[in-house]
Amino acid sequence: ISAMLQLPLVVTAQVDLVLVLVSLLALWTRLSRLSYPNAVVFDEVYYGQFVSLYMKRVFFIDDSGPPLGHMILALGAYLGGFDGNFVWNRIGAEYPSSVSVWSLRVLPALCGALCVPLVYLLTLELRFSHLSALGAAVLLLLENSLIVQSRFMLLESVLIFLVLLAFFSYLRFHNAPTSSWFRYVWLLLSGISCAAAVGVKYMGLFSYLLLLGVAFLHTWNLIGDQSLNVCVQCVCRVVCLLVVPVLLYVFWFYLHLSLLNRSGPHDQLMSSAFQASLQGGLSRITQGQPLEVAYGSQVTLRSSASQPIPCWLHSHKANYPVRYENGRGSSHQQQVTCYPFKDVNNWWIIKHPGHDGGHMVDTPPRPVRHGDVIQLVHGMTSRFLNSHDVAAPMSPHAQEVSGYVDFNVSMPAQNLWKVDISNREAESEVWKTILSEVRLVHVNTSAVLKLSGVSLPDWGFRQLEVVAEKLFKAHGSSLGWNVEEHRYGTSQEPKEREAELHSPTHIDVDRKISFWAKFLELQWKMLAVKQEESEHKYSSAPLEWITMETNIAYWLHATTNAQIHLIGNPVSWGVANLSLLAYQLLAAVYMLRRRRGFKDLPDAVWDQFVCLGCVCVGGWVVNFVPFLLMEKTLFLYHYLPALCYLYLLSPALLEHTHTHLLSSSVTHRCALCVCVSAVLLSVFVSYRTFCPLTYGSPELSANQLRGLRWRDTWDILYRRR
Amino acid sequence: MFSFLMAKEECISQRNKTEHSSILRNRKNIPTSLKTSQAPFTSVSKDKISQTAGHSSEDDNQSSNGSSAQLFTRRHGESPVKVLLLLVVGLSFSTRLYKITEPPHVCWDETHFGKMGSYYINRTFFFDVHPPLGKMLIGLAGYMTGYDGTFPFIKPGDKYEQHNYWGMRGFCAVLGSFLPIFAYLILLELSQSHTAAFISAILLIFDTGCITISQYILLDPILMFFIMAAVLSMVKFNQQRYRPFTASWWFWLVLTGVNLAGAFGVKFVGLFVILLVGLNTIWDLWRLLGDLSLSLVDVAKHFLARVVGLILLPLFLYVTIFAVHFVVLNKSGPGDGFFSSAFQSRLMGNNLYNASMPEYLAYGSTITVKNLRIAGGYLHSHWHLYPEGVGSRQQQVTAYSHKDYNNLWLVHRQDDNNSQSGSPDLVRHGDIIRLEHKETTRNLHSHLHEAPLTKKHFQVTGYGINGTGDTNDLWQLEVCGGRKGDLVKVLRSKVRFLHRATGCVLYSSGKTLPKWGWEQVEVTCSPYLKETPSSQWNIEDHINPKLPNISLSVLKPHFLEILLESHIVMIRGNSGLKPKDNEMNSKPWHWPINYQGLRFSGVNETEYRVYLLGNPVVWWLNLASLGLYLIMVAVASITIQRGFSLGPKRIEQSQVLMRGGGLLLLGWLLHYAPFYTMGRVLYYHHYFPAMLFSSMLTGITVDILLNSADLLLQPPYSDWMQRVGQMVLLLSVLYSFYLFHPLSYGMTGPLAHEPGSTMAGLKWMDSWEF
Repeated sequence: ISAMLQLPLVVTAQVDLVLVLVSLLALWTRLSRLSYPNAVVFDEVYYGQFVSLYMKRVFFIDDSGPPLGHMILALGAYLGGFDGNFVWNRIGAEYPSSVSVWSLRVLPALCGALCVPLVYLLTLELRFSHLSALGAAVLLLLENSLIVQSRFMLLESVLIFLVLLAFFSYLRFHNAPTSSWFRYVWLLLSGISCAAAVGVKYMGLFSYLLLLGVAFLHTWNLIGDQSLNVCVQCVCRVVCLLVVPVLLYVFWFYLHLSLLNRSGPHDQLMSSAFQASLQGGLSRITQGQPLEVAYGSQVTLRSSASQPIPCWLHSHKANYPVRYENGRGSSHQQQVTCYPFKDVNNWWIIKHPGHDGGHMVDTPPRPVRHGDVIQLVHGMTSRFLNSHDVAAPMSPHAQEVSGYVDFNVSMPAQNLWKVDISNREAESEVWKTILSEVRLVHVNTSAVLKLSGVSLPDWGFRQLEVVAEKLFKAHGSSLGWNVEEHRYGTSQEPKEREAELHSPTHIDVDRKISFWAKFLELQWKMLAVKQEESEHKYSSAPLEWITMETNIAYWLHATTNAQIHLIGNPVSWGVANLSLLAYQLLAAVYMLRRRRGFKDLPDAVWDQFVCLGCVCVGGWVVNFVPFLLMEKTLFLYHYLPALCYLYLLSPALLEHTHTHLLSSSVTHRCALCVCVSAVLLSVFVSYRTFCPLTYGSPELSANQLRGLRWRDTWDILYRRR
Repeated sequence: MFSFLMAKEECISQRNKTEHSSILRNRKNIPTSLKTSQAPFTSVSKDKISQTAGHSSEDDNQSSNGSSAQLFTRRHGESPVKVLLLLVVGLSFSTRLYKITEPPHVCWDETHFGKMGSYYINRTFFFDVHPPLGKMLIGLAGYMTGYDGTFPFIKPGDKYEQHNYWGMRGFCAVLGSFLPIFAYLILLELSQSHTAAFISAILLIFDTGCITISQYILLDPILMFFIMAAVLSMVKFNQQRYRPFTASWWFWLVLTGVNLAGAFGVKFVGLFVILLVGLNTIWDLWRLLGDLSLSLVDVAKHFLARVVGLILLPLFLYVTIFAVHFVVLNKSGPGDGFFSSAFQSRLMGNNLYNASMPEYLAYGSTITVKNLRIAGGYLHSHWHLYPEGVGSRQQQVTAYSHKDYNNLWLVHRQDDNNSQSGSPDLVRHGDIIRLEHKETTRNLHSHLHEAPLTKKHFQVTGYGINGTGDTNDLWQLEVCGGRKGDLVKVLRSKVRFLHRATGCVLYSSGKTLPKWGWEQVEVTCSPYLKETPSSQWNIEDHINPKLPNISLSVLKPHFLEILLESHIVMIRGNSGLKPKDNEMNSKPWHWPINYQGLRFSGVNETEYRVYLLGNPVVWWLNLASLGLYLIMVAVASITIQRGFSLGPKRIEQSQVLMRGGGLLLLGWLLHYAPFYTMGRVLYYHHYFPAMLFSSMLTGITVDILLNSADLLLQPPYSDWMQRVGQMVLLLSVLYSFYLFHPLSYGMTGPLAHEPGSTMAGLKWMDSWEF
């Protein structure tokens, strides 16, 4: 036995005390007094509503980004026992004692704190010294704007953490000896963090692309190395950096959709099939409806277009005015519109043209198929859906659609419509509830029933105009209609029918829509939903970020001058800009000289310098330039990811200067050291100066606040007393 | 001939030296292998040519087994080359000039550009979002062919009747006819292959879209002419690289510069070709810099020559175009209000031309107030209110570029409203005044509500009835750089209006209001008091019958000021072209797939219809070749990177693919990708410059693909396959042109989806509208 146990039993551990120290400091700056202020701060009001919806598992759609970010915030809330019962309606509203503010904010704060040790490690992986690593960590540690952004329920710190993690793990992989298979774990981690970064905010995509670019260059060199068998390596890289991230991205949506299974406020943006898959809402109504539309069916027809708003084909007891405001005449027949609310006037009955009566479903039901000609009878008024060669009220190039009234003015009824199922799989396909998208083609004029999207004036009760338009002019979803609510009519007499229409629908069948269809629909809707962008009081233009022209007031105490602002550390900000310029200048000089055959740097150092540029300057570019092209409301915090890359760059560049440019003269080196210490000191001083605006305490007097307004364009609030 | 071959070798080895040494090993034996392969091929091709003199395109490429063979056929086949070129010229001109006068009415945008051509002939000043060269040339062409500028060009569909419009159309068509010829010459330089050149020329000649867009009075044929000419001269210049500073070298350099100026002078889209040439030049200079046999002085010479030829010369020409524009247009016209008071004073017929009005601003005067930011509007108000939810529901105050009664304001003292007797008092720096809107009798008013768009500023409204309002109507007038008691000079003083109650300053943000504000420009009250042109105004019109009118000689603006001003106006006009409601907006991804065209003329069955739509066979071939090209380049570059040894023919092909094809792909990207970031309204015809590059790329790709048939088949069969491929391509393009030619040359009768139509069965996509 003693032979198996080899003594002494020793554990050797190396601990980088500096790393531990900066980590602790980071945790302290980000996590201390996290639940102060006990009130809704800035965009918490926006993210909070989604957190609440997650807690209640109610479906929502948010166009600002993929769902992972919201889910991370919701996880924090869930761990803190938040039940979703809080109304996020205004900034500054106090949280009730039942809400654990600390747990809402702890995950972003943790991510923000971990960024600091991460840049330390990342600098080491870029093959710079521990001193540079410490410099980068300090710059990040003492950046007021990052602290502010980390301490609340916001997503930037999570994004920055994930992006840095992706680069760190990729470089770990790249620097590891080729023989070790363990390094592929790092590559996999890199892929996972990329997927997570993209899942938190679309902005992560640009960093991901940059990482792909760097990885491609490395792989390309690998292919050129003829001594290696590269096939397996290439496949591994593709799997870890392309396949895994894509699958994970889809997985976030899978999680999102399986968490949110109840109907909610945004249901109407989705298709009927999607809505039917959610509990409550439409599925409660449509549950158990007959699947096949038959002659005599009572249906509501929903427009497939979600622009401007989802609505149902509607008619009511009011006629088109004889003359419109601009003097054009109308048929003066009954109005047909599209109405965005559930209403008994949305019900229509499908009638066979030849059949007299025919308001009832035969036994067995005779289904309507693609290509059949039908008539549509309005349930409450018994008017036939009709169209004719009269200009529509708001879109004069299209035909008017009306409920036919015979005024004996030689205007015959033209009320035959051909059913054209646009998503059919077979030519004789049956018209199905919810699933079929149908075009109604007017038989006499071959025009198609269409939602024009224009609101009618007061005489049309501001409902949406419905027209019939010749096919070759019209496109898209505004032509499609689907049956949403459906039941087989059982009464022939109008009076009975009315009573029937007022009663709710019933019966039971289960209908499934696949995850992929849901994913694609949701993703498409998220990208396509355009909100009216307007300027915000604190919004700013990208070029203003470089010089920090604007700040954002995040929170102001209800009665005192205590307040929190998103203001960066001006000294660090300056250092960052300076190093960006210096790198570009230096790189230009090096490149020109190399091209002329002067090799200032040994190849290894040159490679290191180029790698630094690719990651840091490249990272800044991909996180900044896209904003210049965006037509969105932008804020200063959008710049923070780009800024982090510059903080990574500054100390590394200094080290490069120190070792390679100033190697000849000791005095120069000393001068540089003195400068660096002075800069670090002023970074710390300005951090301390702005601390009251970062942490919201202590409260400052109006005069002190005025003193902190270093730029005229900053808005700092103070109360008149 | 020999020197050229040497040059080619030199350039290849140059590249290898700098990039990768492994290829060099493969290339060392190339000269010998070339020599051995030359002899049999020359004789073969000679024989073939003598047999089938007329049909030379096939002959060339069957022998194009490596560059050397091609070069020899080139020398021996001089006459067939000329025949081929003549064929391209003939086909090109005949397809473009055929039925040039049909239809005899205004088509589509002819209503704009024809009208602007007339403006040049009539010398009236107008405003357009494009630079003037294209319209000047149209005007010139009209003038030379006897058009007198009297046709009003009111709307599409107006009959020309006796007016001489063929000259303008013919001019555009002639320029458009050069496009296939240029494509042919460019490809000849890039690929040394007549087949490639001929394929792309054929694609362009028989593309219905290119024909249609060349046949009308539009800017696009002129623009594309300059773009292609610039690319051609750039490519020619590249070929001169081993004979620097010779006459032909200078000639092509200067010609490139001239064409760049031309392209940019027609439309701002010309910027993309400037970028292409710029990138090419940077690459070229980088190569020169790496050539250590050149001294730094030589490199500097090269650099300076390009600065002169490609920057200074085009800039000079471009400015000259504008100088001509301003000299020619010296009469007041519809574009006046977009420009500053000083600018207007030089237009004959404008009310500021030799203006005479009271010199100093006085109480009781009626004035217009113009913002001093470049292309700022007049302070304006109208009966409409701000909509619900936008500040308080009071009357709108905006800035408006057109001259209008609603721009008139009355100057009052803060307290009284009644007119004084005798000569009125003059307004001085620091006075508190009230501005009453003449039409609506509301006062200029501001209060602590957010402005509609610029949320950091306060809202400005019209308030009160008959000039009676409240203390929020009071403004302190301040002359910039003035002291207390200074008078306010009309037209010349820069003044600011400071709001008494809130201390903010009247400001024009330059942002366009939404539909409720009639797309006029927002006016706010800014709490940031920095002096910027946005917060400075001048008094333009000044009417006061009680004061004597004095003739004012306004400071004539400097030419460069006018130039800058007109550019800012144009850029703002361009970005202001937002898609209208109800209008089907064309998306960039529609274009390469030929998703939807544009109606040039006619809508219904009785009318003469012309529909701008590319020949679908050509366009879809282009689309497929793009993908094919990427695959081929990827395969080629991986093979080279991996160090596989390739035959000289393959090396030559991959060179053409990467160099020539790369240049064309870059051209396509530069002319296409930027549209994705543009917020303005886009149309199908914006894709045509990119389509030219795409067609040329197709030429190279298809040619090399067919040439690589020997990878699959043994020599005699591979040659057959290559020939068959070329014939199929040619015939399918011709046949599709035969099918679709009515799109360009006019259709009447029923629409395509109805029976009996000439286009029956050709509506391959539902989105086509013919």
